[in-house]
Amino acid sequence: MKKRIKIFVIVLVIVGLISLFVWYLSGLNFEVLNSKGPIALQERNLIYFALLLSLVIVIPVFSLTIFFAYKYRESNNNTTYRPDWDRSFVFESLWWIIPSILIGILAVVTWNSSYQLNPYKSLNSNVKPVVIQVVALDWRWLFIYPNSNIATVDYFKFPINTPVDFYITSAAPMNSFWIPQLGGQIYAMAGMSTELHLMASSYGNYRGLSANLSGVGFSGMTFSADAVSNAAFSNWLKYVRTSNNRLSLSNFNILAHPTISSKTINYYGVYPNLYVKIINNFMSSKSEIKHKIFTKNNINMVGM
Amino acid sequence: MIVASFWLGRLNSHIFPTDIITLGAALSILFGGVVTVIVVTYYKKWHYLWRELFTSVDHKKIGIMYIIVAILMLIRGGIDALMMRAQQATSVGTSHGVLATSTFQQVFSAHGTIMIFFAAMGLMFGIINLVLPLQIGTRDVAFPFLNLTSFWLFVAGMILINLSLGIGQFSAAGWLAYPPLSELKYSPGVGVDYWIWSLQIAGIGSLMSGINFLTTIIKKRAPGMKFMKMPMFSWSVLCAMTLVVFAFPILTVTLSLLFLDRTLGMHFFTAGHGGNMMMYVNLIWAWGHPEVYILILPAFGVFSEVVATFSRKRLFGYRTMVWALILITILSFSVWLHHFFTMGAGADVNGFFGIMTMIIAIPTGVKIFNWLFTMFHGKIHFSAPMYWFLGFVGLFTIGGVAGVIMAIPPADFQFHNSLFLVAHFHTMIVSGVLFGYFAGIHYWFPKIFGYKLDEKLGRVSFYMWFIGFLLAFIPLYILGFLGATRRIDHYSASLGWQPLFIIAGVGVVIIAGAVAVSILQQIVSYRNRHQLLDLTGDPWNGRTLEWSVPSPAPYYNFATIPIVHDRDAFWVSKNESKEKKRVLEITDILMPVNAPVAVYIGICAMLFGFSMIWHIWWLSIVSLVIFFIVLMIRISDENPYYLLSAQKIIEHEGNI
Repeated sequence: MKKRIKIFVIVLVIVGLISLFVWYLSGLNFEVLNSKGPIALQERNLIYFALLLSLVIVIPVFSLTIFFAYKYRESNNNTTYRPDWDRSFVFESLWWIIPSILIGILAVVTWNSSYQLNPYKSLNSNVKPVVIQVVALDWRWLFIYPNSNIATVDYFKFPINTPVDFYITSAAPMNSFWIPQLGGQIYAMAGMSTELHLMASSYGNYRGLSANLSGVGFSGMTFSADAVSNAAFSNWLKYVRTSNNRLSLSNFNILAHPTISSKTINYYGVYPNLYVKIINNFMSSKSEIKHKIFTKNNINMVGM
Repeated sequence: MIVASFWLGRLNSHIFPTDIITLGAALSILFGGVVTVIVVTYYKKWHYLWRELFTSVDHKKIGIMYIIVAILMLIRGGIDALMMRAQQATSVGTSHGVLATSTFQQVFSAHGTIMIFFAAMGLMFGIINLVLPLQIGTRDVAFPFLNLTSFWLFVAGMILINLSLGIGQFSAAGWLAYPPLSELKYSPGVGVDYWIWSLQIAGIGSLMSGINFLTTIIKKRAPGMKFMKMPMFSWSVLCAMTLVVFAFPILTVTLSLLFLDRTLGMHFFTAGHGGNMMMYVNLIWAWGHPEVYILILPAFGVFSEVVATFSRKRLFGYRTMVWALILITILSFSVWLHHFFTMGAGADVNGFFGIMTMIIAIPTGVKIFNWLFTMFHGKIHFSAPMYWFLGFVGLFTIGGVAGVIMAIPPADFQFHNSLFLVAHFHTMIVSGVLFGYFAGIHYWFPKIFGYKLDEKLGRVSFYMWFIGFLLAFIPLYILGFLGATRRIDHYSASLGWQPLFIIAGVGVVIIAGAVAVSILQQIVSYRNRHQLLDLTGDPWNGRTLEWSVPSPAPYYNFATIPIVHDRDAFWVSKNESKEKKRVLEITDILMPVNAPVAVYIGICAMLFGFSMIWHIWWLSIVSLVIFFIVLMIRISDENPYYLLSAQKIIEHEGNI
């Protein structure tokens, strides 16, 4: 009897701890699953799909492991012992074929989704995209709005339901540009420009970060991506234009100097083609790129 | 001044650690070393150690040395893990934790490097050395002297990486040191150079071991042991060593190029001047992905032996097991890009590598089902190795699911470099590699030392590892979904992550306890060795040739080389009638002599590495010259063997 009470208490404690844990988890923001834009949503659905498909293998493996280990234990004499039975065409075919079919299904999904969610692919939308050029610095993020002649540090705003075209480079070691609630990441590399096309479908200040080690200021390389209404966005643009800070080449060099800081900055008046200039800084003159590459979608780079 | 820099290179009075934690670590290693030296000197054991261990070319003794070094490095890497968890559990909001950022970054870089290169690789080569020649029925590896040299190069690399604690600093660029962060511009100190040279030297040792074991398996199997009659562990070693031979040269070249960048101002991977960091990332993973299979395939082999032996049944689906291994070996070279889907390759490239990655899940799944069906209709004896096996199946399956999810490039965009990824690869490496080698150590221990390990403490250690692992890594899976990246030393309090990091820290403490129990198990088993003695040479009712010789295995392995007619050669011969067994004549054997030169080569390699790190060029030249001289002396020795007379063998066999 006493033993039963003991077991009961242990079970109660475990259940209590697990409920406490679940209660604590329910208060957290699961950013990868709590999607706020179409790209993040599709990526999340892919994760769920792959997880469910995997259960087709996981459940049999777990059940068989427990069942076999229990049933064929040495002390159980009610089983037949067949020490020389070591092959079965049917069984072995089964676990070559069934996983192959599952992986076949997943392969098709992988191939298609690689195209659908290719980070370089522009989003389908009737709304004209906002262009933001992102520069990873030591250890801050610079966001240049080439069409509005403004730039910001460690935060940016954009209207919801509007595609945002990010062009991403680095003036520092390799970083990775990631806003979990809007969609997956891509590397920021010096001398190169990568792209990411995201969109927010609801308002919010979304946490953005660097996901690749870049030196002592790495943990602090976070920023806020603020999805706002169209009106709020144009008001904000006007507000930034009142800034007295100019992003001249010399000011950029000061900004690019290694600094650990979470202070946001607004700039009005950006050195023409600064983004291209930064990329070319890391390239020999022979391979210098023309700024044409970054005028996709017929967007004028300078002025608005 | 110029004279000083000629003699001392970059060494100066500022090289010693100033922060209390690094200093403490350096001093405790120094203290441990001094105590060991004093104890050995007091008991007058130097001569014994030198003759019987350090210079011995006996593969079993080399295996023991590998495992001792690997366990020490597992503890070192484990302390690093404890410090990382302590930092992440405390550094939130206004608090900045127990470690300075630069220390923290050195700690995680060292943790990854040490665990892979010196703990996991050491355990792997240790087990292979202990078992492989016995299992294929040969007296030694193909090149015994090369084998010992590989070990001392491994030690030279190990010493260098630990030296960085006390002299200078270690790399803070992560365990794979991606440029441009690892280039001179962003990492001007000696840290990355320590990383380069300790891996370069240990890596050359690994490559030579790979060649050695590959040759051993191909050329030295017992007569009659066709490839398809070879035990599964030997098969897995054959596949892993093939990977070593193909993959490690890539590492050597990549490290050399990074060295040229840093030391001679070249621009292979720099940002700017035509360097291309993407080339490095490709090269390092073209080695790095096969590397994880190098570690895990022999562990698969261990599980194959363990599950068949303890189920008292032939391994299920031998043929498909072999083909699954071969398939994994080939495929492992075609998936490296899945480590950087986020680098911006096109959809077709990402899609291709994603699908190739998933395909590996098929042969791996086949192996799991074959192991399970080896238990089916068996008679399972639950010794500690079976516990490790069952824990492995459970965790490895979970880790595999996480891996398949991340093999879909767009899903990986949301997990890349997150703690989800960290949890995934720890699940694979801890449950696969570590559990496998722990099972292997328990299983083959009596063959090497002549007595079994304490069962009960073995199980306690397993349960603590298992529970500790769940507590340490389930929170990391969750943190991945919360959007937490790896390698952060500080985060905002409003995110609410702290309790998860604390639980993870508790898990690591339990794992530390599990390691302590393993050490206790060694002590208790040694004290009770008379009760645990293995007199038969076959304590588990084994199936393969290593169990046919007495325990501990004699230094010449086999008095007469066995002749193999079937798979599970020893199991079959046990069931044969006595009359059928042939009595073979014992003859004289040529045995390799001890090789002190291997130790000298290790010392030269260490000095060479040290001088390259600190730019002490005269020492580089001197150590190279000495290396060539000792090598010439050794290879001029036309007959490095001695004759072991049949008389002596008969005496030795009679004593057992």
